[in-house]
Amino acid sequence: MNANQPNSFRNQPDEFGHFGQFGGRYVAETLMPLILELQREYEKAKTDPTFRDEFESLLEHYVGRPSPLYFAPRLTEELGGAQVWFKRDELNHTGAHKINNCIGQILLAIRMGKTRIIAETGAGQHGVATATVAARFGLPCVIYMGAKDVERQQPNVFRMRLLGAEVVPVESGARTLKDAMNDALRDWVANVHDTFYIIGTAAGPHPYPELVRDFQSVIGREARQQMLDRTGKLPDLLVAAIGGGSNAIGLFHPFLDDPDVKMLGIEAAGHGLDKEHAASLAGGRPGILHGNKTYLLQDEDGQIAEAHSISAGLDYPGIGPEHSWLKDIGRVEYDSVTDDEALEAFQLLCRTEGIIPALEPSHAIAAVARVAPRMGKDEIILANLCGRGDKDIFTVADALGVKL
Amino acid sequence: MSRLAAAFAKDRPALVTFVTAGDPTPDATPAILDALVEGGADVIELGMPFTDPMADGPAIQAANLRSLGAGTRTADILRIAGDFRSRHPDVPLVLMGYANPMTIRGADWFASECAQAGVDGVICVDIPPEEDGEIGPALRDCGISLIRLATPTTDAMRLPTVLNGSSGFLYYVSVAGITGTQQAALDTIEDAVGRLKSATDIPVAVGFGVRTPEQASDIAKVADGVVVGSALVELVARHGADAAGPVRDLTGMLAEAVHAAR
Repeated sequence: MNANQPNSFRNQPDEFGHFGQFGGRYVAETLMPLILELQREYEKAKTDPTFRDEFESLLEHYVGRPSPLYFAPRLTEELGGAQVWFKRDELNHTGAHKINNCIGQILLAIRMGKTRIIAETGAGQHGVATATVAARFGLPCVIYMGAKDVERQQPNVFRMRLLGAEVVPVESGARTLKDAMNDALRDWVANVHDTFYIIGTAAGPHPYPELVRDFQSVIGREARQQMLDRTGKLPDLLVAAIGGGSNAIGLFHPFLDDPDVKMLGIEAAGHGLDKEHAASLAGGRPGILHGNKTYLLQDEDGQIAEAHSISAGLDYPGIGPEHSWLKDIGRVEYDSVTDDEALEAFQLLCRTEGIIPALEPSHAIAAVARVAPRMGKDEIILANLCGRGDKDIFTVADALGVKL
Repeated sequence: MSRLAAAFAKDRPALVTFVTAGDPTPDATPAILDALVEGGADVIELGMPFTDPMADGPAIQAANLRSLGAGTRTADILRIAGDFRSRHPDVPLVLMGYANPMTIRGADWFASECAQAGVDGVICVDIPPEEDGEIGPALRDCGISLIRLATPTTDAMRLPTVLNGSSGFLYYVSVAGITGTQQAALDTIEDAVGRLKSATDIPVAVGFGVRTPEQASDIAKVADGVVVGSALVELVARHGADAAGPVRDLTGMLAEAVHAAR
């Protein structure tokens, strides 16, 4: 660490929600008082043992935490380099890491006396997780989902409806996650008096990036302890896929001050970085959207570009502000993986470990396959298996030219 | 006296009109702006289109997409503003839009371009007082008003934050919601405007959901100005490049109703 770097990488953001130049609260005036109230309430909840106990109890008995830490012997052998371990967050209730955050946020909603829940969703995993906690606590729930995503994620749409949520297909813009977030914000601004917006990733106006990170950090806290218990040391490299970046920040954050642990965040390179993609850090520059300043895919006038990824959960032209900061200060390395590489990695994990991963962590697995052979056999890679792939089998079949 | 101050200093309420720049095309906008002036608008708000207009309802969302679809660039908007200033030396012109297109080349760049184009004020929907550390000073240094929004959720504790650094006029968003939605009840608006006026000397204009001359007249009885946007933008949607005539007619009726309200 050189003199220009902070004493700790774990004390962001500042009181205004800034991670260096990123983050902040770029919202309409109507939402400001609510954002400030949420911040005050979250500060209180953080130090309230009752809140923490309820959160942890639900994670244990409802979500099924702690999730296992798994050594992948056949994948390791096939790659012929570093030992590959997975944090198995795909085994959570609802099949992804998204539920960790939803439990935390709905407890905040109830604490604040809100009686109606809204959320945006891309792949549908966050929508399913939100609909799940809304059902669990008996609150009405509206999920905004891009019409294009509704088409390609029918099983999750049906799940959400089974769970009692109203799913609103969003027809504006590119009809994907970014547009769903616009419509969720429009709903929120019109219903601030009774509505809580459960944002699904570590982005949006402060305090969302902070609180989503905190709720997801259970992933990294568990993994760090499990790894120490099992191997007596920390991993050499952490790998996680990034759309907005909540599973990645959840894994990375508890390790940020461990100087020997390297980290690699993987963005979606779609058809390739010179074509359509969703890699905001690799192909974007800082700008303001959806309440925060962060790297965005945009043109020179600041108009937001459409993102593309085979994975609906990564198909977003921005990224959480803490990742933008971690990139700029160099603590975390970021790279990208194409649709084709992710598809190959998806099949690789199915074949070698008997695990069907979601397309989102398939991007992380592809990166693992890229770097593991270059590392020593005594080194350890820990990748976040943040979701299971049942929802993606139609997309994958289609991409492989198989008719179901 | 600045052009904005003069527009509100007349012994009558002011009509503030909004259209989106470049809707339906950049070439069509000057005639539509002229129609607003000819119809009797006192202040012109020119919307800067954005791909993600989070605070706007369907009418203005569609206007943003039409404009961007026609290839409108920031340079076109600044040119439209500058040409307007040449044709109408005395009519105040305000740019309204979202943070990213305004700040992407730096706040200083934007402020100086606005000054050069003769823009009088800027409304940035998603830059609250807490985040205006760059664009606020940049605009002020160029003599451009930073027009802030107050809403039904802006309570007494927060109002001083909003008013601090606010200039030109205060835009009261009468409903918690997006543009073009239902109008708030008149007595609620009257109460709110009363509270705002007791806290500030700058004029208070009321917008969101004002569509007809009757509604405009009612609000003009209690406020310094009335903002009409979606109703005009819908005329542009319907008549496209031929919208100037209908826009002039509606503006005329609105102006008459507002100016005669008290």
